[in-house]
Amino acid sequence: MALHVEHELHKRRRSRNIGLAVVLAAFVALVFGLSVVKITQGDMMQGYDHRPQASMLPKDPNPPAANPAPVAAPGTPGAEQGAEP
Amino acid sequence: MTDINAYEGPAEAGFGDYVALLKPRVMSLVVFTAFVGLWIAPLPVNPFVAFCAVLFIALGGGASGALNMWYDADIDAVMKRTAGRPVPSGRVASGEALGLGIALSGLSVMMLGLAANWFAAGFLAFTIFFYAVVYTIWLKRSTPQNIVIGGAAGAFPPMIGWACATGGIGIESLLMFALIFFWTPPHFWALALFMKDDYSKAGVPMLTVTHGRKVTRRHIFIYTLVLAPFALWLGFTSVGGPLYLAVSAVLNGLFIAGGWQILRRDEEQAQADGYRVEKRYFRLSLYYLFLHFLALLVQHGIGGW
Repeated sequence: MALHVEHELHKRRRSRNIGLAVVLAAFVALVFGLSVVKITQGDMMQGYDHRPQASMLPKDPNPPAANPAPVAAPGTPGAEQGAEP
Repeated sequence: MTDINAYEGPAEAGFGDYVALLKPRVMSLVVFTAFVGLWIAPLPVNPFVAFCAVLFIALGGGASGALNMWYDADIDAVMKRTAGRPVPSGRVASGEALGLGIALSGLSVMMLGLAANWFAAGFLAFTIFFYAVVYTIWLKRSTPQNIVIGGAAGAFPPMIGWACATGGIGIESLLMFALIFFWTPPHFWALALFMKDDYSKAGVPMLTVTHGRKVTRRHIFIYTLVLAPFALWLGFTSVGGPLYLAVSAVLNGLFIAGGWQILRRDEEQAQADGYRVEKRYFRLSLYYLFLHFLALLVQHGIGGW
């Protein structure tokens, strides 16, 4: 019986190694693709890091309207003008 | 004198054995129904995100398959149909199947959460839990209704797909669930009628073993009657349309007629012609589900109501 350096067992081992390499490469490609899609869509990319952050607050659907008639601080010339009837 | 022994250690597993652990044939059903559920949902999803979401749902399904093979290795070893699976045949150690199942469960749920949303991810986690723990560990060996309740696990994927797009549940996704849920029992019991597996030897209480074949035939017919209204109802929702309704009406007519034929036969007739009717009915059940979901997909493409 001839001795072979390459046993059938080595073939199966190689199939496992190549398979795992392909799976890992595909996973990397997948995560990269997902990142590209999410960033181009403008999704929220920042994670919560246990500190209050204004950027993490959900967008207010009804933001407070800008004050149409600014009120001057008391004691300033503007306030005195406004006080006149 | 020395004795030399060559030990036959556990055979080394190839890559294909690990793929087989994920039950690729079950996965194909999961991929198709999850994709349809995701695609026909009212909110559009980026195609690449949709691809990733379906992939991770399928991976979660595969993980629960690996957990099932880990727990059921003792049953699988007894039955001829399953004795060649990686764990009972000794190519993959049972601990490896458990590890792969748990690792892939965690990975698929996490990645689905990142790709789609966390509601869908939670739903996937629940589905894996339902199949691996509720069905495989609790029910499969204890009740002849195992297939009915276990069918819920197979019925969740379109709901998860829908949840990926919408972030919630709708009447349409619930009806897709009902379609698969009530389809599963007649599908599997028809298989059990002609595949004379050694369920009794393996200690799995199949309805054919515990209550006899006559009762099984009646159950098949009753489930086809229960199934039809849900299948047609789906046609009147926002995802339905004239095409779907026509396809569904024809398929349900055939399915009920087939169930009636099975009910009318007894074992002697069935054995005489080699279970021809039961085998034809089983094939019909495969087309039934595939064509329903294909009709949903086409209906979405051409526009519904």
